[in-house]
Amino acid sequence: MSRKLLLEKAHVEGIRHYDVYRREGGYRSVEKAFRMAPADIVEEVKKSGLRGRGGAGFPTGMKWSFLAKPEGVPRYLVCNADESEPGTFKDRYLMEFIPHILIEGMIVSSFALGSNRSYIYIRGEYAWIVDILEQAIEEAKQNGFLGKNILGTGFDCEIYVHRGAGAYICGEETALLESLEGKRGNPRIKPPFPAVKGLYDCPTVVNNVETLAAVVPIINDGGEEYAKIGVGKSTGTKLMSACGNINKPGVYEIDMTISVEEFIFSDEYCGGIPNGKRLKACIPGGSSVPILPANLLLTTAKGEKRLMNYESLSDGGFATGSMMGSGGFIVLDEDQCVVKHTYTLARFYRHESCGQCSPCREGTGWMEKILLNIEKGKGKISDIDLLWDIQRKIEGNTICPLGDAAAWPVAAAIRHFRDEFEWHVKNPEECLRTNYGLAHYADPIHVPVTG
Amino acid sequence: MIGFTEAKLKEVEQLIARYPDGKQKSALLPVLHLAQQEFGGWLDVPVMDYVAQLLKIEPIEVYEVASFYSMYNLKPVGKYLFEVCQTGPCMLNGSDNIIDYIKEKLNIGVGETTADGLFTLKTAECLGACGYAPMMQMGKHYREHLTREKVDAIIEECRAKAN
Ligand SMILES: Cc1cc2nc3c(=O)[nH]c(=O)nc-3n(C[C@H](O)[C@H](O)[C@H](O)COP(=O)(O)O)c2cc1C
Ligand code: SF4
Ligand code: FES
Repeated sequence: MSRKLLLEKAHVEGIRHYDVYRREGGYRSVEKAFRMAPADIVEEVKKSGLRGRGGAGFPTGMKWSFLAKPEGVPRYLVCNADESEPGTFKDRYLMEFIPHILIEGMIVSSFALGSNRSYIYIRGEYAWIVDILEQAIEEAKQNGFLGKNILGTGFDCEIYVHRGAGAYICGEETALLESLEGKRGNPRIKPPFPAVKGLYDCPTVVNNVETLAAVVPIINDGGEEYAKIGVGKSTGTKLMSACGNINKPGVYEIDMTISVEEFIFSDEYCGGIPNGKRLKACIPGGSSVPILPANLLLTTAKGEKRLMNYESLSDGGFATGSMMGSGGFIVLDEDQCVVKHTYTLARFYRHESCGQCSPCREGTGWMEKILLNIEKGKGKISDIDLLWDIQRKIEGNTICPLGDAAAWPVAAAIRHFRDEFEWHVKNPEECLRTNYGLAHYADPIHVPVTG
Repeated sequence: MIGFTEAKLKEVEQLIARYPDGKQKSALLPVLHLAQQEFGGWLDVPVMDYVAQLLKIEPIEVYEVASFYSMYNLKPVGKYLFEVCQTGPCMLNGSDNIIDYIKEKLNIGVGETTADGLFTLKTAECLGACGYAPMMQMGKHYREHLTREKVDAIIEECRAKAN
């Protein structure tokens, strides 16, 4: 059993309400934090080794210590609840079931950073979660944890929910800030970084929902205790959202010591592949990270068991590894077509490109078209090389990382499944008829384990 | 004349108050949501001009935002808007079949509205419900684990409510 820090109480009856949450030990971290100096809170977060849960995995304590503190200028904390990376639905789960843990974490973080006005930027489609959060905020306020002079400390803080309106790019932190200012979600050129010039040109910290929630156990138990969970630079627990062809899709809180094999096949987590099918491939960290064939997913190129943590998932670099990313775990069974799946992702990135940079704007649409052609049996072998060429020209040549995010899935699909692309070209009739790709990638794998 | 009711105007004021003085433009996205809900499910030009006036910004600032975000409809839509997710994880669980079934059942294509003005079908990209696929958004809520039978039931439910 993985230890649970965030979701332990998520299913206690009535936990969405302040009274129950408080009775279960909620808001203790606020009381504790207010007896500490803000700089010491940042120190605890540093000690915890917490890495940002939004996708990039940047150490949170370090990010906080970069925040500029000019006299007389407000500072802002913004929670990134835009959650739009395909495969990712963990923040939604946390906010839906245990909203107060986010509010609690945000109060502590606001105090540590000196933000008197903090925002939760939530994707517009999560409309019903807006109501849940607004209610939690109202309850926290009525009980003196938000508003003016919180708990008599002289610290004022308000938290507001800001609803987006459907744009994946607004998850990118500078696009998010533009959107929060009432503009199109066009990413800004960095530097300056938000820590210096963020919301309304003021110093700003942007953190993911799960990151801010994790501040609660870190303050309650201390950074060192938190760092004892997990392994290496993957400290604490991680929320994984698992989907695709598995028996038990859902959100799981794991400590990052378990193996990928255990995560997929044990009944405690995904519960294996439905209908007795074999595992073909998996995208372990949200649509942007490289897809891996079953054999490389379960064991690294060095032959070690792959574990569910930052280091192990990226072992081997992009040649033979992938990334933890946002924790969106997408599983493909032997009947799924990698070309078709990659096509849907290319379509997604074309749809979501903000259009500012030509490599991204033009390249994403071009890749989508070629992939659709190949999928429909109308492709040529040279198209595969062309795809490779296009993705290379996007990567690294754009204002924001969406360009890379669009390039990587295509690159990895060709890298590991090139013969499936070729099969589509050579068997146009067949690929139209069955719509399936090749199953033989699943061959080495038939590993039901007991968890 | 287009105009919010007194109660809605109050809501707009409260939304503006969430942002620092002089930053009322920040309330644009939330106010557009409100306007779309109030004025027939889409944003006609006079509605956008009205929002510009409320927030003391130029109309173009509203148009460029309204056209950027996928949740704002710049054309009329049916009373019930079905937005079916078609991205990878939903596709793995059969979203194509669901889209085809709705097309066949309502006799419309993607982006079209039924003749009685009741239903509009759209496709959507990942809505953060990948573990509960296939799914669609209908108004404020998600309908998840869709099957043909569920689609039938949802359509019936809408027709019953509309009568
Ligand atoms: C295209 C794109 C989309 C992103 N979407 C999200 C998102 O939905 N949620 C999120 O927390 N971070 C997202 N990020 C990462 C953010 O830019 C930022 O790194 C993150 O919110 C920082 O929080 P953390 O340090 O707590 O992870 C995205 C980045 C890019 C480039
Ligand atoms: S990489 Fe794409 S999404 Fe990012 S700024 Fe450029 S065009 Fe926009
Ligand atoms: S892919 Fe459909 S909700 Fe994520």
